[in-house]
Amino acid sequence: MEYVWDFGSVWEYRAALWVGLINTLRIFAICLVAGLSLGLAIGLARYSVRRWLRWPAACFIELFRNTPVLVQIFWFYFAFPILAPFEISALMAAALGITLNSAAFSAEIFRGGIQTIDPGQWEAGRAIGMRHREIMARIILPQAVRRMLPALTNRGIEIFKMTTLASAIAYADVLHQARLIASVNFNPIEAYTVVAIAFFVILYPIVRATYVLERRLAKGD
Amino acid sequence: MTQQPTLTIRGLHKSFGDNHVLRGIDLDVNQGDCIAILGASGSGKSTFLRCLNFMEIPSDGEITHAGKTIGTARTGKSRVYPESELTKVRQKVGMVFQQFNLFPHMTVLGNITEGLRTVQRMDKASAETRAHAELARVGLAEKAEEYPSRLSGGQKQRVAIARALALAPDLMLFDEPTSALDPELVSEVLNVIRGIADEGRTMLLVTHEVGFAYHVANRVIFMADGIIQEEGPPEQVLKNPQNPKTQAFLARHKQFEF
Amino acid sequence: MYEWDFTVVFENSDLLWQGLWGTLAITGTALAFGLPLGLTLALSRLSTRKWLAWPAGFVIEFFRTTPPLVQLFWFFFALPILMDIQMTPFLAAAITFSIQSSAFFAEVFRAGIVSIERGQWEAACAIGMERPQAMRRIILPQAVKRMIPAFTERSIELMKTTTLVATVSYADLLYQANELAQKSFRPIEVFTATALIYFVVIFGLSLCVQAVERKLAISGDSTVR
Repeated sequence: MEYVWDFGSVWEYRAALWVGLINTLRIFAICLVAGLSLGLAIGLARYSVRRWLRWPAACFIELFRNTPVLVQIFWFYFAFPILAPFEISALMAAALGITLNSAAFSAEIFRGGIQTIDPGQWEAGRAIGMRHREIMARIILPQAVRRMLPALTNRGIEIFKMTTLASAIAYADVLHQARLIASVNFNPIEAYTVVAIAFFVILYPIVRATYVLERRLAKGD
Repeated sequence: MTQQPTLTIRGLHKSFGDNHVLRGIDLDVNQGDCIAILGASGSGKSTFLRCLNFMEIPSDGEITHAGKTIGTARTGKSRVYPESELTKVRQKVGMVFQQFNLFPHMTVLGNITEGLRTVQRMDKASAETRAHAELARVGLAEKAEEYPSRLSGGQKQRVAIARALALAPDLMLFDEPTSALDPELVSEVLNVIRGIADEGRTMLLVTHEVGFAYHVANRVIFMADGIIQEEGPPEQVLKNPQNPKTQAFLARHKQFEF
Repeated sequence: MYEWDFTVVFENSDLLWQGLWGTLAITGTALAFGLPLGLTLALSRLSTRKWLAWPAGFVIEFFRTTPPLVQLFWFFFALPILMDIQMTPFLAAAITFSIQSSAFFAEVFRAGIVSIERGQWEAACAIGMERPQAMRRIILPQAVKRMIPAFTERSIELMKTTTLVATVSYADLLYQANELAQKSFRPIEVFTATALIYFVVIFGLSLCVQAVERKLAISGDSTVR
């Protein structure tokens, strides 16, 4: 029996999908900025000379890299509110989980990028009397960031895909909206196909750009 | 009865995009010939050699192995070279590379038996017997169970030669076999190649070793600008070159003793 | 101050064990299908025949770029209608993660194959091997050995990704944990314990893998023929 595709039923509810897309972008933006910034801080801490910074940073990284992000999200949504003195919305819980997870991965990217910088650069900075902090900011990081760009972009793409997990705790992202539409109209095929294609259309150009970026960096080195 | 040449090359051209590397080569190779090919970098000598076992596909011209012209002609278009036909040619032609290209994940013995077992479908016992014999011939009988990473450059190249010889080819091609070796390891490889030449095997050798060419080859070819500039016995080409390009090349390589 | 009490966890540990087993089952299944499928996709993508290379490339890019949860929902909710078949959580999970992991494995295979230097291809060709023979005997054995770290990394990543199956009611560890948390009204202890279990398993596996890799590196070129 041939299935008759009917995308009209999804088009009718495009407003709901649009809301979902906005919500997806919102949580993505939060997690991207917070995750990368926190990741940088923790990456620097991991590399620090002070033991009291290095150890907690290492523990944080191992903990959040070796547990699944969905488990982290569930923990923040179901467990954390009891411990915390304030309300935790689905957005907050999902954002916390994804941000901390991404921070742990980004920290490793930053650490890797910084460590591959020639030690001679450090020496040159020290020789002209710069402090550790200044060398890091003015000499090391600018060079490292260029090298880390492909890995960071990949991390960004992962974060964008992870936002769909927020739908598991009823955050109204685009996947959640699609599920809603599907349950109302009994058209899961069209609804989920549309979402899959939407993600592909949004992300694939960026994926291709990272390939080009990687190739160009490989040549440059 | 005149003996048919083992290998005939007519009007060989090869271009890489805009780069016209081989600009019309004609050559007859007879059985038992040991031909040294000399020339500066960029003269096309490696490309020429690689066309002979179709590691490079000719852009134009005909190559005939033992009376059979390889490839199929098409009217108005260049020759077609089906992969299956080329595979058969390569089974009868042995090639030794500048970079050895031994298989690192197999032992020395494994490297040699690989072609015998996988390509010629020989059984394990016969293949190993043949392999041991070839290994002994190049003087490395005791290295059969070693991995290539544990060998010196000269030893690796000798294994590569054994690997090629084990398949009993009609023709041997050597692409700058000693260029990647440390100077003190060069002679052990040249001695093995000399031994092969003395047996009367048909071979073509791209080399920088002018002295070796003089003593071992029966014909020398000098290439420049994609064609054969001069060809003849070593006594003539190397001691008394006629072509000004040959003269210029040899003048730059004056340190060779004959 | 919250009073932690893990009794609930200990009393119901058998449920959590079942869940862990469920996680391992789906991970194992996905690996069993994903690895050979990944190799097939990689070889297709590298093929000179455009009609193989192009679709393979598309499948790889599509399943790497779209979120796994979207894929899971599609296979769980949409596929049964499209193909008129019975769908279970396990089946949907197995299909989704087999294909999803195969796309990532395909890229690992491809990178490994491409990283083998040309000279190896040439040597194989020169002794008269056909392309498939050369791939099987010379290129792939070297490529796979080189790519073992990437494979194991991807496999551990797969284990983490399979937690998504809890959303379609497949009884993996997260699903059991969620059920237990709801029933017992002690989500803190349950989810903390669950996170710890995941951590121990996953971190433990990574440590094992690192140890094995170090051993392989020391013994040098010790690949079995």
